[in-house]
Amino acid sequence: MNPIRVVIVDDEQPARSRLRELLEDCRTDLPHSVVGEAANGVDGLVVAAKADVVLVDIHMPEMSGIEFARHLQVLERPPAVIFVTAHDQYAVEAFEVNALDYLTKPVRAVRLLTALKKAVSGARLARGVLESIDPAPRRHFSVAERGRVILVPVSDVLYLRAELKYVTLRTRDREHLVEESLTQIEHEFDKVFVRVHRNCLVARRWIRGFERGAETEGEAGWSVILEGLDEKLPVSRRQWPQVKSLAESRQ
Amino acid sequence: MQSIRQNHLPDALPDFRNLGVISRILLAVNALALLFALARSREIGEFAGKVTEIAGSLEPVLLVVVVVLYAISTLLERLAYAQGLLAVFAVVLTVTAALFPFESLIGGSGEWRAFAWNLGSAALATGAVAGYFHLRNRAFSPAISEARLQALQARIRPHFLFNSLNAVLSLIRKDPKRAEGALEDLAELFRTVMADNRQLIALRDELSLCRQYLNLEQLRLGDRLRVDWRLDPTADDALVPPMVLQPLVENAVYHGIEPGIAPGLIEVRIERRNDRLWLQLTNPYHPDYQHRQGNHMALANIRERLQLHFDVEASLNTRIADGRYEIGIAMPYRTSL
Repeated sequence: MNPIRVVIVDDEQPARSRLRELLEDCRTDLPHSVVGEAANGVDGLVVAAKADVVLVDIHMPEMSGIEFARHLQVLERPPAVIFVTAHDQYAVEAFEVNALDYLTKPVRAVRLLTALKKAVSGARLARGVLESIDPAPRRHFSVAERGRVILVPVSDVLYLRAELKYVTLRTRDREHLVEESLTQIEHEFDKVFVRVHRNCLVARRWIRGFERGAETEGEAGWSVILEGLDEKLPVSRRQWPQVKSLAESRQ
Repeated sequence: MQSIRQNHLPDALPDFRNLGVISRILLAVNALALLFALARSREIGEFAGKVTEIAGSLEPVLLVVVVVLYAISTLLERLAYAQGLLAVFAVVLTVTAALFPFESLIGGSGEWRAFAWNLGSAALATGAVAGYFHLRNRAFSPAISEARLQALQARIRPHFLFNSLNAVLSLIRKDPKRAEGALEDLAELFRTVMADNRQLIALRDELSLCRQYLNLEQLRLGDRLRVDWRLDPTADDALVPPMVLQPLVENAVYHGIEPGIAPGLIEVRIERRNDRLWLQLTNPYHPDYQHRQGNHMALANIRERLQLHFDVEASLNTRIADGRYEIGIAMPYRTSL
């Protein structure tokens, strides 16, 4: 068996070095190598893609350990995740309920070893579990590209459009495909996006105006203009009253 | 049964320099006078006359007594409760007697019976007010214990304890000396938290507690935590409620430093202006992290304890300005109890 590849993600340097020490203590029982270390979730995703197991702190600035784990799940073969926490009662309860593995700081070498062995045996995270643990909106969307996780800040997104199996996510520079449902995204980010059409959500902050568009079905419809985008997106008649009241409340 | 000593405050005279205490004395005595006038009036028409009559002899005495007590309050504080109480009675009776001759100038009878009457009612009123303050002390005593318990729960988050222990563990193999220092800081911190925290302490001690706490946080947060101290050496011996600053510094780290990747600055300012002491604490404000809990409990707790110790003369205010969260505390500058 190849040694398992471990990555450590924790915002506190002493906590990372402590985990390294403990891993060192476990080496005779379970061969492994630490292939990366990161002080936050964004850097962590870069190194975690090539790992078998990630030890991640829950309580981190900018991106929580839970959001980090959610982004990892876009990979075809995501590494196993072991959460580490000093004291987070709610998260711990949620982990118990969902049978996720977690360690409490200070971590004991014996517990770490057990968790690593379990992780290697291949229990994978079920979709939806992480969302239920931390329902707070993410700060990024994640897309898998050539075995890596690409993050797209939610604030960069102009609109999202459902197309067949995927949702197209449009930023100023390019498009991405994400495997999520539009309804779910609408629910998670109800303060960020507004539905303008059955298949389309637009970012509230980038709305610059509306104009009467071409006639459709014998009636002139409205389109929404987004900043930095030539494309005009039709507003459905059904969504128009809601979108209009939003536009009026902004003036 | 008073088996737990900490649950019982020693009896003490109120602080006669405190605005709240002074206004309570004035209000209580005047309320007594009104009640008395009401009782003595056979019909409603007589009431106004009685009030004027009583006020004429009462107010001068009352005002002089308040001023004298203010002036000698530092002396009174050195006496035991019983002696202090006797001294207060002596002051009241002396002032009443001394002012009696002037009463005839404004229409008093000047008879010996009136003299005896004045002394008697002055003694009764003093007794009533002393009784009131005694009861108030008693009533607040459990409140203080309660506040202390609450305080214990609100401050020193378990989160901090476990993270600090973890940081110390990380040092033991590489830097045992530093680990020792950190454990000593931790022990000192908990000794203070678990002490009987009802007596005022010197500001210098509170500040060194904050430093020990911040040393521990520095250990795990490293460069992310920056602290700027602007202290006033003339305020070092000021008496402040214990743990008036540490929980706020802890909040500043929890809400201001931990949510940021970039280094954040905590500013601590102490300033003394004549007989007022100002404490100001600011930290970076992260609007997205306001769901993190624990801030309001510590604030309410400190506000309550400031009120218990200084009544209306202390205040605690918070505001958000220029992306920073600010807490300002004002209290009287005192160096003796």
